[in-house]
Amino acid sequence: MEDIEHIPKQLKLIDENGIRLDGRRFDELRPIRIEAGVLRRADGSAYVEWGGNKVLAAVYGPREAHPRHLQDPARALVQCRYNMAPFSVTDRKRPGPDRRSVEISKVISEAFSAVVFKEQFPRTTVDIFIEVLQADAGTRCAGLTAAAVALADAGVPMKDLVTSCASGKIGGVVCLDLNKDEDNFGEADCPMAIVPRTGEVVLLQMDGHLSYEEFRKAMDLSIDATKRIYEMQRDALQRRYSLTLDEILKEAPLAPAETPPSDLPPEFEDDLGPETPANRNEEGFP
Amino acid sequence: MSEEIISDLMRDYVYRLASSGQRADGRALDEPRKLTVETGFAKNAEGSARVKLGNTDLLVGVKMAVGTPYPDTPNTGVLSTSVELIPMASPTFEAGPPRPDSIELARVVDRGIRESKMVNTEKLCIIPKEKVWMLFIDIHVLDFDGNLFDAASYGAVAALATTVVPAKAQNQGEDFPLPVEHWPVSVTTAKIRDILLVDPNLDEERMADARLTVTTDENGDIRAMQKGLSGSFSYDEVKRIIETAQKVGEAIRPILRS
Repeated sequence: MEDIEHIPKQLKLIDENGIRLDGRRFDELRPIRIEAGVLRRADGSAYVEWGGNKVLAAVYGPREAHPRHLQDPARALVQCRYNMAPFSVTDRKRPGPDRRSVEISKVISEAFSAVVFKEQFPRTTVDIFIEVLQADAGTRCAGLTAAAVALADAGVPMKDLVTSCASGKIGGVVCLDLNKDEDNFGEADCPMAIVPRTGEVVLLQMDGHLSYEEFRKAMDLSIDATKRIYEMQRDALQRRYSLTLDEILKEAPLAPAETPPSDLPPEFEDDLGPETPANRNEEGFP
Repeated sequence: MSEEIISDLMRDYVYRLASSGQRADGRALDEPRKLTVETGFAKNAEGSARVKLGNTDLLVGVKMAVGTPYPDTPNTGVLSTSVELIPMASPTFEAGPPRPDSIELARVVDRGIRESKMVNTEKLCIIPKEKVWMLFIDIHVLDFDGNLFDAASYGAVAALATTVVPAKAQNQGEDFPLPVEHWPVSVTTAKIRDILLVDPNLDEERMADARLTVTTDENGDIRAMQKGLSGSFSYDEVKRIIETAQKVGEAIRPILRS
């Protein structure tokens, strides 16, 4: 977002009727899909598709913090690693952390530090990994939104989920949730993250040019959108866990109490988590 | 910038003072520390400034060179900002590759200058697609007493304002002053429990729950923002902080321009 200064003046990002290049109005989000519990090894995980963004988040922990000098005897660390896959952007991104990812990782760690009950897990770390698989502007918001669901999926105690969204200005109009072209050629971008239950702002960044009036309009748009995104996050978690309950109820009468343990591989014993409809469906196996 | 233990006694003292609208160094809650700017400190730099914000002391040097533009911005000069937190400036700074703290600091300072279009980088193009001026802002922290975000930003703005493009030395015609068109001012507010303090000193910064840096231009428009630390702000607090940043920015700007 920061590298492009040269704006082709003829490009019209929003027309007279207030319709944007991708057909949205100023207060419309791109389509968002959230899936909880998509990875097997991670303690919690989530996948988010947000317009052209595809972002995966995984959570490990609370687990022992290494190296040990990082440990805090009073509370857990919350550490985030935001990373973009080399193929996630038009020009290949050199693998590994660059300055942008270091900064984003830092502000996301801080945002989650505000909601995780860190005092319950001294000397540990909660590791959040965000992988951007496909980028189309707003990856930090998509990553944060995914990571919040992954933290809940991991059962990490928190005040609430964190929900994130950006607003910006294109063609002189304050708009919600900029896509890549709008971000590159627009006048401002202002990502934020909020704790929906309390209204606390836990992440706030801005670049570009906004008057105070416009900033408030952008924030109002974002806050309104986070309410909708929050419902999608909750829905993703409910889908994940209500399915589990269904399955337990369905399978309970089929499990004879005296089944010898050697009949099943040990991981089936305590694995209550269905991953996909495919491996839940017993009839699916030959 | 990081772990230094702070006593509960100090914590309570600062908080109790602040709840009655006072601060240990006698300032009002919305009053920045005394800012002094000395430009032309490093003669071998194209522009430089030594800035003291209270007891925070740093030196900013601007160097320029001829280079190739980025392919996506063939007609604009290149701006790059880096910060060195040298071990001399604080017992908590260590030598070595830049840590997240200093990367964030450099990027926030950079963002204020870049997004405000302080320097007209299109005038730094020599031959489109081939040759442009590269502008390197190096921030050297000498003595760390809190709020590097603002001190570094003031230093960078003051140094850029005095920068002369060394065209003659590079066989690119006559020297000319850097095309400076806007005046961004960064104002950082720290939150300690429920209290907002402008320009936190080291003690205040160390116990702060959250921080918000707001960069405004000469019209009072917002050009960059960055929230930091693991606390949070209410939306109302964010609005109050921006209003204060506009007001304080107004007072700081003449010092940087002089």
